[in-house]
Amino acid sequence: MIVETTANTPFITMSVVMPLIGAILLMFVPKAHAAAHKGLALVFSLLAFIVSLSIWVNFNSGMAGFQLVEDHAWLPFGARYTVGVDGISLLLVMLTTFLTPLTIFGAFKAIEKRTKEFYIAMLLLETAMIGTLVAMDMVLFYVFWELMLIPMYLLIGIWGGERRLYASLKFFIYTFAGSVLMLVAILYMYTKGGLQSFAYLDFLKNGMGIKEQMWLFAAFGLAFAIKVPIFPFHTWLPDAHVEAPTAGSVILAGVLLKMGTYGFLRFAIPFFPQAAGAFTTPIMVLAVIGIVYGSLTAFAQSDIKKLVAYSSVAHLGFVVLGMFALTQEAVNGAILQMVNHGISTGALFLGVGILYERRHTREMADYGGLARQMKVFAAMYLIIVLSSIGLPGTNGFVGEFLILAGFFRDALSGPASLKTLGITLGVIAATGVVLGAVYMLNMYRKVMFGPIVHEENRDLKDVSLREFVVLGVLIVMIFWIGIFPNTFLSKSEASVKHLIDNYKAQVVQQRVKSASSNDLQAVLDKAVDDKAAGREVLQ
Amino acid sequence: MIKETTIQSLLYVIVFAPLIGAIINGVFPRVLSRRAVSIIGVGLPAISFVATVLALVGFLGLRSADPTYTAVSASLFSWIVSGPISVDFALWLDPLSIVMTLVVTGIGSLIHLYSVGYMHDDPSYARYFSHLNLFLFSMLLLVLGRSLLLLFVGWEGVGLCSYLLIGFWFDDMDKAIAGKKAFIVNRIGDFGFLIAMFFLIFALGGSLDIPSLRAMVADPTSIFHSNTAMVTAVTLLLFLGATGKSAQIPLYIWLPDAMAGPTPVSALIHAATMVTAGVYMIARLNFLYVLSPVSMAVVATVGALTAIFAASIGLVQNDIKKVLAYSTVSQLGYMVLAVGVGAFGAGIFHLMTHAFFKACLFLGAGSVIHAMAGEQDIQKMGGLRKKMPITHITFLISTMAIAGVPLLSGFFSKDEILFSALALQHSSGTVAPWLNKLWFGLAIGAALMTAIYMFRLYFLTFSGELRSPDAHPHESPASMTIPLIVLATGAALAGYLGLPIPGKNLLHNWLAPVFAGGASAINNTGSHTLEYALMGVSTVVALAGIGLAWALYRGPWQHVPAKLQESLAGLYKTLVNKYYVDEAYNAVVVKPLIGGSKLLHRWVDAGLIDGIAVNGPAKALAYVGRTARRLATGDVQTYAAIFAIGVVLLVLFVM
Repeated sequence: MIVETTANTPFITMSVVMPLIGAILLMFVPKAHAAAHKGLALVFSLLAFIVSLSIWVNFNSGMAGFQLVEDHAWLPFGARYTVGVDGISLLLVMLTTFLTPLTIFGAFKAIEKRTKEFYIAMLLLETAMIGTLVAMDMVLFYVFWELMLIPMYLLIGIWGGERRLYASLKFFIYTFAGSVLMLVAILYMYTKGGLQSFAYLDFLKNGMGIKEQMWLFAAFGLAFAIKVPIFPFHTWLPDAHVEAPTAGSVILAGVLLKMGTYGFLRFAIPFFPQAAGAFTTPIMVLAVIGIVYGSLTAFAQSDIKKLVAYSSVAHLGFVVLGMFALTQEAVNGAILQMVNHGISTGALFLGVGILYERRHTREMADYGGLARQMKVFAAMYLIIVLSSIGLPGTNGFVGEFLILAGFFRDALSGPASLKTLGITLGVIAATGVVLGAVYMLNMYRKVMFGPIVHEENRDLKDVSLREFVVLGVLIVMIFWIGIFPNTFLSKSEASVKHLIDNYKAQVVQQRVKSASSNDLQAVLDKAVDDKAAGREVLQ
Repeated sequence: MIKETTIQSLLYVIVFAPLIGAIINGVFPRVLSRRAVSIIGVGLPAISFVATVLALVGFLGLRSADPTYTAVSASLFSWIVSGPISVDFALWLDPLSIVMTLVVTGIGSLIHLYSVGYMHDDPSYARYFSHLNLFLFSMLLLVLGRSLLLLFVGWEGVGLCSYLLIGFWFDDMDKAIAGKKAFIVNRIGDFGFLIAMFFLIFALGGSLDIPSLRAMVADPTSIFHSNTAMVTAVTLLLFLGATGKSAQIPLYIWLPDAMAGPTPVSALIHAATMVTAGVYMIARLNFLYVLSPVSMAVVATVGALTAIFAASIGLVQNDIKKVLAYSTVSQLGYMVLAVGVGAFGAGIFHLMTHAFFKACLFLGAGSVIHAMAGEQDIQKMGGLRKKMPITHITFLISTMAIAGVPLLSGFFSKDEILFSALALQHSSGTVAPWLNKLWFGLAIGAALMTAIYMFRLYFLTFSGELRSPDAHPHESPASMTIPLIVLATGAALAGYLGLPIPGKNLLHNWLAPVFAGGASAINNTGSHTLEYALMGVSTVVALAGIGLAWALYRGPWQHVPAKLQESLAGLYKTLVNKYYVDEAYNAVVVKPLIGGSKLLHRWVDAGLIDGIAVNGPAKALAYVGRTARRLATGDVQTYAAIFAIGVVLLVLFVM
């Protein structure tokens, strides 16, 4: 992993700072001017998006390493302000800057109290999220990582539902507990590893032994597993989602959960490849359990928002499965699926919010027959539901297909001892495709179809122009990614290839070390086969 | 002379014209007048049909110039590229897809036209045409997709449209549930399809591109010929998909419920086109299926069993659409049987003739329901012959065709399947010869039942006297009767495309290049004498069935059905309740799923994880909560300001 290009114009810093400037300006706006709060927040989040488009335009898909890198001295003990993007972080940065203005726009009506603080929190959250994704220095990363927690904690705790305090603390403590372990791991690597700096690129060459790797991987992995969340660390998620305001849920599901999966790809796997290899099977088993378990528990919910929350557990299970399959198409599919989940689940939550603003309930039983009253909303929500269950033509299909394809390739080309397990896991994971349709269409039917049984639902207003725009933009993305996924897949292809080649090389190296000379040839042959298989072009 | 590039452009017109219709009617339902909706909704499928005919003419021209010419391909853009996966959005037109496309766009256009009359008073007129056009688009993608993955896109797309159209009148919760059931049951099949694709490309090193796959399989030294177990797994998993889409045992259960949709939908989607997708897929992959004698035998057996099983249920149903629905399941069983024994041409032949007569029957039923103001119980009908002459005569022709009356289309196609079931054997010889006798026996039994239930339906509906005194039936408008006439003509004459004369069978000659791979593995042990003898047998069976139906429901034995119901009460009840299969699925699958998921949530999530693992920390949480409440309700602005200043300081360090 190397620095490919340095920035002439600091686009990355600009996109990090833009929301922050907005937040600072907001502080000088009087409390009563709600319209100004909204306008300012929207404008600055849009500016951040425009700046991030320059990152996108200046990004060279052919390069695997970091691009548009900026590097400055920062803290006296060697931590530097180093930022850059590669194919893995680029898509998530774009997702963040894309979702935030939509979320802010979507919250215009829902947030009535403390509007000023709300939009400040949203903008600070955006700064923290972008910072986390572009940081190339471990201290910088950790600072941004923890900074994300605070605004989200406030969003849930202040603008949340009845049990908001319980939910926000559960969220905070769960994730904080995980990150503290990660901090310890970072410091351990710095001191014991004899590293000269906190630079990400130095940490990559940490030279830890396999035993240390296992512990360190576990420390990093736990922080990320809680964030994703991987079963059984997921129980904070439904509570947080149900209590969070719509905007909080959208950002939480849309971006914050991806920080966990991103963390695996950026840190845990490349730092500790051998440990990652050893942990692969248990993590895959947990991912598959997550898919089935998340789907079944989603099916058991009567609260729409809880249903969507549990569906996230299932969807993120797919992403984790793809990441740890460690084949080109699976990892690339997993990255795309992170974006897909952000879009689809974000849209699902926005839809729930639209309903909640009208009826102040999230119980499916309180709805029914809405498709007659809210025709446009029903049509839009159907598209979103279909994208969530991965119908071909929508974004969800491309991600799930690539993940499963890559997973099966890994399973079928692996050693015979793991083949049966691999195929079994793959088949169970694929049942998620059926189960997803079961709970999602069941929810859609209960809310939208049938006769109107509650009088309150008879005069519900269809989507407003603002709501139409918010959902409409997301729907455009659903089809764009579904039909022309290469716009996005091509961006991450090179970086993913580099990641996998590196991982394979390190794992093979380890195998060579431990293998006797007789096995050496076999191991090398296998490595050559793997490479050949990776390049083989199928139609 | 139409050039190849022109045909490629025509391919795009064929596929995308209905999509454009779907988008216009879907996005602007309130702007467009009813007339505009009709013109767009019917016009674009018609354009698609005309383009198909032109493409056929062009294809014939290319083929006469070069007899080895097999297919036109057109690639629009590359769809998914990552690692070893590279799938183009590519279409192709070969003899098989031409036949299918003609059926889909031709019959599709007629049914769109019919819908103008049938759906005229529906408040969601534009939505109806939007969905129906979207269906055509998906079906054409399924038929014309060059890659299995694109075929799969269409495959799931038609499932979606089916869901939308079954639940078209969604105010009625039962209809909405029927739509959802169709989608989910189909998804179970699609799950098999999906996994089959992964095995195909990664365990067998195959390609998703169908022509490339065919070329790979043609090499006798390839892994496809050595790893028969994996080929069997792949073909059976694909067949699971086919049992969903083509309503075979064990996944047929959605199709009878699908009758909740508007009747033209039943005709187009649930009779003529979508449900034949499984048969098409197997015929498409004939070269792969023949490599696994086991899979072939499974396919044939499932088809034969489905044929007789569904026919037996059809004997006692009283809802006009339910009778036709079970009839469709049964006839699909014939097609599956055909492709299972290796008679791929016969399967497609029956698919085609069935599309004509079953579409005509459904549209006729729609005309009857329309005239009877929504009544669907045939026990309350009768005597419609005089009131609805055009509906009657077209319905009669189609009933005769499906029952196997000589010289009508169904006679030829069904006969070929019966003969194939008995005479075709896999060249590997690994499949027991007695299976042929079983398949033939089941098929001939189903043929007898078909004649009985179809003529029972006909007599109860059209002959005798009307049994509902309040009804005032009338003939339907021209937009409905014209499609009936065209379809009935097809039902009568389509059989002549596949006359059983050696070397003169037009359809077989046309499809021969497509099925060359599959045909090489199949031996015909029967003679033409046998074929002609069987024609005699099936004629006798058909006439016997018709005679029996006449005697029981029109002639001297009219008191017998009631007596049979009493003396064979157990059997009768079993049939009326469709062998209690829905109930069994409910008890074994649906209820445990609902109960299990609730238990899981209560015990594992709330109990095990939160209750036990998070219990200790949760108590601590409560304490922290009490403390933190003071913070959180304090001045948030200050808090945020401190946070922001901190970030600014961090950034300033940089400068």
